[in-house]
Amino acid sequence: MRLTKKHLPWLKTIFHLIALWPIVALCYQVLNEKVGGEPVEYIIHYTGIGALNTLLVVLLISPVSKYFKQGLLMQTRRLVGLYVFAYASLHIFAFVSLDLLFEWSLLFTEVFKRPYILVGALAYVILALLAITSFSALKRKMGKHWQQLHNGIYAVALLAPIHFYWSVKSEIIEPSIYVGLMIAVLLLRLKKQRRV
Amino acid sequence: MTNKFIKGIARKATWQIKDNEVTPHEVFVQRRNIIKALGLGALGASLPSTAQAGIFDLFNDKKTVTPFVTKPLEFSVNPSFTLDEASTPYKKVTSHNNFYEFGTSKQDPVNNAQAFNVQPWQLVIDGLVDRPLTLDYDDLLKMFALEERTYRLRCVEAWSMVIPWTGFSLATILSKAGIKSSATHVAFETLYDPQQMPGQKSRRLGGGIHYPYVEGLTIGEAMNELSFMSVGVYGKTLPPQNGAPIRLVVPWKYGFKSIKSVVRITLTDRQPPTSWNQLASNEYGFYANVNPAVDHPRWSQASERRIGEGGLFSAKRIATLPFNGYGEQVASLYKDLNLTKFF
Repeated sequence: MRLTKKHLPWLKTIFHLIALWPIVALCYQVLNEKVGGEPVEYIIHYTGIGALNTLLVVLLISPVSKYFKQGLLMQTRRLVGLYVFAYASLHIFAFVSLDLLFEWSLLFTEVFKRPYILVGALAYVILALLAITSFSALKRKMGKHWQQLHNGIYAVALLAPIHFYWSVKSEIIEPSIYVGLMIAVLLLRLKKQRRV
Repeated sequence: MTNKFIKGIARKATWQIKDNEVTPHEVFVQRRNIIKALGLGALGASLPSTAQAGIFDLFNDKKTVTPFVTKPLEFSVNPSFTLDEASTPYKKVTSHNNFYEFGTSKQDPVNNAQAFNVQPWQLVIDGLVDRPLTLDYDDLLKMFALEERTYRLRCVEAWSMVIPWTGFSLATILSKAGIKSSATHVAFETLYDPQQMPGQKSRRLGGGIHYPYVEGLTIGEAMNELSFMSVGVYGKTLPPQNGAPIRLVVPWKYGFKSIKSVVRITLTDRQPPTSWNQLASNEYGFYANVNPAVDHPRWSQASERRIGEGGLFSAKRIATLPFNGYGEQVASLYKDLNLTKFF
């Protein structure tokens, strides 16, 4: 079945529900004390993983839509991309509010003292720029610069898993999986670039 | 895909794909093989339980497990070791733990350790001692008069708690064995039992630590009045996630020095290996004294998040004190030591 324009609202609704569900689940888990008495680290980790997963999805939409000849899927990229930004925002908000407890001075020293936070902050700045310029009108106005700017997502795809890998104490298997996945997804893109 | 905008020519919608941009099937299959070769097919099976619970799972309530049974202890309160600071509630002390033998997430130990069997137990004190000792479970609770001491606990991850421990001083048990004059250090070892400790069986759960977990102190540190062997918390025997049936508590050092579920204490004449130091010697030293002036290479140690009563936002950020506020008792141990070099 080829998806057509009339499927788009449904498709988007499904994507919204899939993206929002983990947040509902997190609230349920935390409010019902399913994740320990002090879930600060859990919430920070969970929202960070959410950002990585949505990032993987947004990078996979283009190859998947090409392979299955479902061009309509490409119209969901902005939606998913904004969820990457939303999860990253929640991740940072959780860090600032729950771990640093709004000690802003600490935030600035920490960003520069902890290189892995600097890497994450850089990725977030790029994501914020992409989110701000995601409006159609702005996209038209920016012309080819829009695409140049939005290629920044590939930088995020490298920075985000590095940030994760660098932040852990010893449990490197999970971050290694994300590093591998992102490299695999980026390799797909490299191939595409070469062929065109 | 370079979609240049040329005037007068209808621009393609972003979702319109030229035939030559569609991945040929052979190429796609190749890619699949690359992904498989990377071992990513096993992704679902290899993700930590937290990540699985995190983003893919729905409201999956964990199977309700029968909690480990703790017993009330008889003890006296040691008035020299009380604090004005509010104690961290029992629920948080027993559900926010680092005990990688039961998993690396904070909630893993309470979830995975409830079936842990502490009876029978053997604690061996050997090495450079006059009378090697073997204590069984009952000995741990009955051989020495138990006292309660409320200590601060400062984790190397920059969070802290205030906890009333029940137990006896390390010096008491070492003196019973009789320390030979040639002994310079004390080595500690956690139980090695992969059947009971899933983190020892699986590298994924256990965070890549080389098991059994080992720790160590100098003789001076071990004989300091602060060094404490705990068999209980909040007046009851320790639950497994807190290190049942017996653990070390050295409150002026980062939490990872306070080794849990101890089966062996060996007096030696050299500095023993310690687990976190073995894993990353540039980040975790042998001494691991709480020190706000020496940052962890990847984060600041100047302040800490004190976990107290109340909800998520009720924690406080407080300044970290040298030796976690126990400088009066222990600073003299290090008067000739460069604490920046020997962190």
